[in-house]
Amino acid sequence: MSIRVAIAQINPRLGDLQANLSLYEEKIRQGIKERADLLVFPELSLTGYYLRDMVPSVALSANSAEMNKLKHLSRKLAFVAGLVEESADHRFFNSAVYFEDGEVRHVHRKVYLPTYGMFDEQRYFARGGRIRAFDSKFGRIATLICEDLWHPSTIYLAALDGALAVICPSSSPLRGIVDQQSQDDNARYWEMINRVNAETFSLFMIYGNRVGFEDGVGFWGGSEIVDPFGQRIAKAKYYEEAFLVGDVKLESVRRKRTIAPLLRDEDLDLTINELMRIRERPVAQGKVQKFKSSKVKRRGKSKKK
Amino acid sequence: MIQIPTNTKLLREILVAFIRNEVEKTGLKRVVVGLSGGVDSSLSAMLAAEALGPKNVLAIMMPYKSSNPESRADAETVIEKSGAQSLLVDITPQIDAYFERFPDADARRRGNKMARERMTILYDHSARWNALVLGTSNKTELLLGYGTLYGDMASAVNPLGDLYKLQVWALAEAVGVPLAIVKKAPSADLWHGQTDEGELGFSYREVDQLLYLMVDQRYTRAELIAAGFAERFIDEISSHIMNSQFKRRLPVIAKVSQRTIDRDFRYSRDWGK
Repeated sequence: MSIRVAIAQINPRLGDLQANLSLYEEKIRQGIKERADLLVFPELSLTGYYLRDMVPSVALSANSAEMNKLKHLSRKLAFVAGLVEESADHRFFNSAVYFEDGEVRHVHRKVYLPTYGMFDEQRYFARGGRIRAFDSKFGRIATLICEDLWHPSTIYLAALDGALAVICPSSSPLRGIVDQQSQDDNARYWEMINRVNAETFSLFMIYGNRVGFEDGVGFWGGSEIVDPFGQRIAKAKYYEEAFLVGDVKLESVRRKRTIAPLLRDEDLDLTINELMRIRERPVAQGKVQKFKSSKVKRRGKSKKK
Repeated sequence: MIQIPTNTKLLREILVAFIRNEVEKTGLKRVVVGLSGGVDSSLSAMLAAEALGPKNVLAIMMPYKSSNPESRADAETVIEKSGAQSLLVDITPQIDAYFERFPDADARRRGNKMARERMTILYDHSARWNALVLGTSNKTELLLGYGTLYGDMASAVNPLGDLYKLQVWALAEAVGVPLAIVKKAPSADLWHGQTDEGELGFSYREVDQLLYLMVDQRYTRAELIAAGFAERFIDEISSHIMNSQFKRRLPVIAKVSQRTIDRDFRYSRDWGK
């Protein structure tokens, strides 16, 4: 089965839902024209990334007019949208919503919200609590958002839950200048993990990143589709808007898993048992063990007195 | 020897895209820049010309009577090379008129006043020309506080604020800033023979390496000493950074309400853009 996957590497307007909805419509039209089966939008691309106090004003609840509009748009082309989702109890999530045939088929709420360095997501968003693969009309897939994939446990769970492809909507900022590289250091790191993840878990990595600048922070683009053999089957430019199209042949998952049945051999019980044991260790519970050297120091001081 | 990365091809690509993006999203397409003939403003002007087209860049030269004539000549070579539009505003009359009343003002007050007069001229022409003011302060001077608050530090968009002086030099050379400008000793040109390095008491090469490890790589004081830096130098630079923090922030606001600007009223500057 060959699925034509498109990635809209766009530059949304920060906090302007209506302008970005129009941009979505335009890209969906383009996807239909290019006979795509599935279109991926970047993380928070319906709203912009550095929303800060704007989060509640651009959040969409399940029955909002905008959600209905998106459902409607998916009647001709399935897509993954990146948006702020408001739950019935008024928590705000950084979510990837999968729309198919006029319905919401799956919602992934970003689990790992970076709150360090240049990031402040946990201040504004509630943390998702689930990692699930789901059945789309193209086969079983999973969506994980940006930082989620910097935690290997997320893709491990998605793969063991049966995902043949992992879609990663991302708003990844460029940072770190390294000599003799045509991309920044963050882009280099992402390309490495996309390839390692695709090969390690024998699945397709579909990585959709945005471009543009928000308050001086640029997003590096470079969206890509990597097959289970670690080969890039499509790659967008860095730092520029693009509309990337690639044909995902799910047979190659079968072929790769036949050659190297790593997932078949994965010992789930062993992992669960070891995780249970690790969870009970004092360090994992937050009771940090004191290091010997600090004890010695303290004793030495008291003797002098 | 610590190598600060200077991938000029990538820096150029990013900074040109930055200027184009951040200017155009405001609905404008032009910038004004104060062009002294030094390497920072020359680089800013050339990057802007590349990003927006030279006809959308207005380089304003604002000499004072004591300014080095070579600076003016250097500025003119940049205007010629970049194709930017230009304007000459001699600030001598307005500076002299003011200091006639306060004749015992020292060099620091006079220098700051000149920087702030230049700022008002840039902002006035940005209004006249529907343009944004393009910044020229680099990371080294921003961290050391070696700049005039609301003077040369004032701008709307600054492509150089995350580049150390060493990176400015490398990038300037790569984008074609005339070599005479790249190679000359940096100077605020407030009095004859003044140089940044003379005034600061250390070289940009020394301080950039220290700042890079201290700020970017988060070396501790002990690690910096182990890397070969003198304790006195580390402490001197640390205090420069701490004591100039006010220059890198908005004025302090007394919190009385439930929601205070920049404390719990937090929006990006590109709000809605």
